[in-house]
Amino acid sequence: MLESIDLRAIDWSRAQFALTAIYHWLFVPLTLGLSFIVAIMESIYVKTGKPEWKQITKFWMTLFGINFAIGVATGIILEFQFGTNWSNYSWFVGDIFGAPLAIEGIMAFFLESTFIAVMFFGWDKVSKGFHLASSWLTAIGANLSALWILVANAWMQHPTGMKFNPDTIRNEMVNFWEVLFSPVAINKFLHTVSSGYVLASLFVVGISSWYLLKKRNERMAKRSMLIASVFGLITAVFLAATGDGSAYQVAQKQPMKLAAMEGLYQGQNNAGLVAFGILAPDKKAGDGKDPFLVHIDFPSLLSYLSYRNPDAFVPGIEDLIRGGYKPEFDHINPLEKGQAFSVDEKISRGKMALESLKRYKEAKVNGDTTGIRSSLEMLQQNFPYFGYAYLNTSQDSVPNVPLTFYSFHLMVYLGFYFILLFIVILIFLATNKLEGKRWLLRVTLWTIPLAYLASQAGWIVAEMGRQPWVIQDLMPTMAAASKINPNAVVITFWLFAAIFTILLIAEVMIMVRQIKIGPKDGGTR
Amino acid sequence: MTVGKQLWLIILIKLFILFFVLRLFFFPNFLKSKFDNDHDRADYVREELLQRK
Repeated sequence: MLESIDLRAIDWSRAQFALTAIYHWLFVPLTLGLSFIVAIMESIYVKTGKPEWKQITKFWMTLFGINFAIGVATGIILEFQFGTNWSNYSWFVGDIFGAPLAIEGIMAFFLESTFIAVMFFGWDKVSKGFHLASSWLTAIGANLSALWILVANAWMQHPTGMKFNPDTIRNEMVNFWEVLFSPVAINKFLHTVSSGYVLASLFVVGISSWYLLKKRNERMAKRSMLIASVFGLITAVFLAATGDGSAYQVAQKQPMKLAAMEGLYQGQNNAGLVAFGILAPDKKAGDGKDPFLVHIDFPSLLSYLSYRNPDAFVPGIEDLIRGGYKPEFDHINPLEKGQAFSVDEKISRGKMALESLKRYKEAKVNGDTTGIRSSLEMLQQNFPYFGYAYLNTSQDSVPNVPLTFYSFHLMVYLGFYFILLFIVILIFLATNKLEGKRWLLRVTLWTIPLAYLASQAGWIVAEMGRQPWVIQDLMPTMAAASKINPNAVVITFWLFAAIFTILLIAEVMIMVRQIKIGPKDGGTR
Repeated sequence: MTVGKQLWLIILIKLFILFFVLRLFFFPNFLKSKFDNDHDRADYVREELLQRK
């Protein structure tokens, strides 16, 4: 008989993973975006031949290098945790998770690592064209690395392209392209990398504002701001579009997450999108209380954005628990065509799937071919609800609504603020009035931390909003964790907290010192 | 010390801590350290999934 798991091990493993992912994501988006901004600046240098663009490129490349050097390999810790803290999950996902990560390691990381060496050390050793190509390939490599990681993450949000093998207890990939080109993966990749582009643009614009406030290196600052504002504006609009695409996918594949994002407890036709809202703190699904203390909606917009139809019915948390409504997307699960199951029904089917797995093993041991066939059939029929077997009540299927709701709205508000900020900066740059607008320069400088906040909020929506699932509908977090000593996880949690904090302090200190030094020639004013 | 040397030092210390301290002493692969072959690992995970409550 197996001993039951200590719940503290699950909680601390989750906390450790969250801590590591949050810290890791402080480094990654700047790498993703700044690599392209640097490549654009270098392209201008190669095109114009003007030495000032070389200085500008080299300056931002140095900051990119600091961020890359300190952030590199911080994500590997997440992979350590899969093997130690999340062994059930790691085994269960089989090669689906392993394959993209392996491709990431072999192809993208080596591409990035190879060309980053030329980018930093090859200025006077290779031709201008080859150096420029290396800068672009570094940027592409960094973004390809992100692609494979995000494909793996997207599969957890929407498992597809696989078949569960009851002999190996692994999900085996049957269609690589379905995994790679899953619409969730495509939207997640585009939305995530574009958030990095916006963050990097705000970083460049913010640091450049500091130079203008200090009346130093003004020519370099204004040129950098122009490039970053144009790049930032284009990618911020793209970010909003891919955010819409992501939400459309969430509506189809993770309707509970969507309901939590909007604090929608009771579904409705012509559902409004919450423009502003304060949630009632003690609200529980099914208690009949108003979920909001105050809220302002855009009428029918949630229905339109979720289903491209302003009259569509958007199920709320209580509808999803109760079932019985007609899903807008019939193709998601043929079993629920015409009428969605209640969570209780899904729990019942999950338990049938689990029981079938047990019977399959017994039939195999006894050589009972009829039993093997019937249990396999029952397992396959109910496998889409496998994870529900671990939920004790239907309420367990509801994520943390306030955290998901506020993180989502904060991210959206900031996203639109960034678009507005880029437009305002471009207007003042075009009219040559930016230096006089010191309030705007201060606002722009202090927008840098807001970019990081928005980026982290996005991940909180994605990861907290899908709870209780580690793999949507197939495996809840509590079934994914290893049966390990929670004290060991507590120790490594604090070790990571210390290491990452030291790295972050090092990054900020080295970065600030380098910014204060400025470009090598002291500026091209 | 130049910024380049500082960064190399940070990278080397970090990689040492990650791979030679954390990986070796704190993050053994749970299933690989307990079982010798995939068959036993699959059996263990099956029992875990069947009995996890």
